[in-house]
Amino acid sequence: MNPGNYLLLAAALFSIGTVGVLLRRNAIVVFMSIELMLNAANLTLVTFSRIKGTIDGQVIAFFVMVVAAAEVVVGLAIILTIFRTRQSASVDDTNLLKY
Amino acid sequence: MTGQLLAEAFHRTGTTEAVIFWILAPTAVAAAFGMVLSRNAVHAALWLVLVMFCLAVFYVIEDAPFLGIVQVIVYAGAIMVLFLFVIMLIGVDFSDSLTETLRGQRPAAILLGLGFAGMLIFPIARTIAKPTAAGLGEAGFNGNVNAIAKLLFTTYVWPFEVVSALLIVAALGAMVLGHRERIGRRTQRERSISRTRGADGPVTPLPGPGVYALHDSVDRPALLPDGRPALNSVSDQYQETIYERLPEEYRRPAELPAGAGRAGEDE
Repeated sequence: MNPGNYLLLAAALFSIGTVGVLLRRNAIVVFMSIELMLNAANLTLVTFSRIKGTIDGQVIAFFVMVVAAAEVVVGLAIILTIFRTRQSASVDDTNLLKY
Repeated sequence: MTGQLLAEAFHRTGTTEAVIFWILAPTAVAAAFGMVLSRNAVHAALWLVLVMFCLAVFYVIEDAPFLGIVQVIVYAGAIMVLFLFVIMLIGVDFSDSLTETLRGQRPAAILLGLGFAGMLIFPIARTIAKPTAAGLGEAGFNGNVNAIAKLLFTTYVWPFEVVSALLIVAALGAMVLGHRERIGRRTQRERSISRTRGADGPVTPLPGPGVYALHDSVDRPALLPDGRPALNSVSDQYQETIYERLPEEYRRPAELPAGAGRAGEDE
């Protein structure tokens, strides 16, 4: 099978994640969409690692996973703090800096 | 041993891989759509778990068994549990608002997404015409963990250390953000003392409505021993119009006994 199919799949998943970030209002779902995009990037890295025959891509995918874990922890803590003060997890409601 | 045999089978017969791919790739795309389109945040999280499991299988058949296992443990296990935990803290029934803050943002977002997908997919589809996978050889199967570890602790040892520092900082940041200072919060003992001294409202049970009043109905305040009405005997629903039903001499709030209004609810 052509390993490039994985790249197409990753591109599709990344685009769906982009649409999710643009479309959804719930901050948690926006975060999930970002996770989906990171996962798509990981799939690309692993596929290129296989195509090129070097394992560096897998190591970088591993780093991406670690950074994604750190990002999720801090991001969810921020969402929780915003929810405590504003009683809402919608990205439309966090407009304090607007005016 | 069996793992190696299985992996060899995957490697040699491209049809096995193709079958797995053509089953799981549509599943992953459908689950991703489900995640974006589902109204309920919990459903979205479960769809994302499905996407991550599909990706784990792809990693395993793409010579990256270690990453496949890490994907299941870290992503499907830890990160998604964290997501669900926060959803439960915030409230499951919290759904997206349908009011449009920016007019025409939704169609524009969908259009941009489609354009972006086309921009990504068409060039890739044109350049991947020739199937050329060098493959990782032994490093893709049983030697995968060894190969990754060797690279991680030689070439990438500095990024590895930096990432460990990042993880510690992230954990500390989450603790600082999630911590709530409990200023002025009374202990259980202090609350019990103030309650028995009557500081938080009456010590006795509230009087029932209609007791000794002109009418024995739920919207009539009970009368206290001195004949004054007890406003807190009537449920909240009747409080707005309560003065209309009081005897003439008590129509004005100033003449009512102190603490006769609805007692402060327990915190």
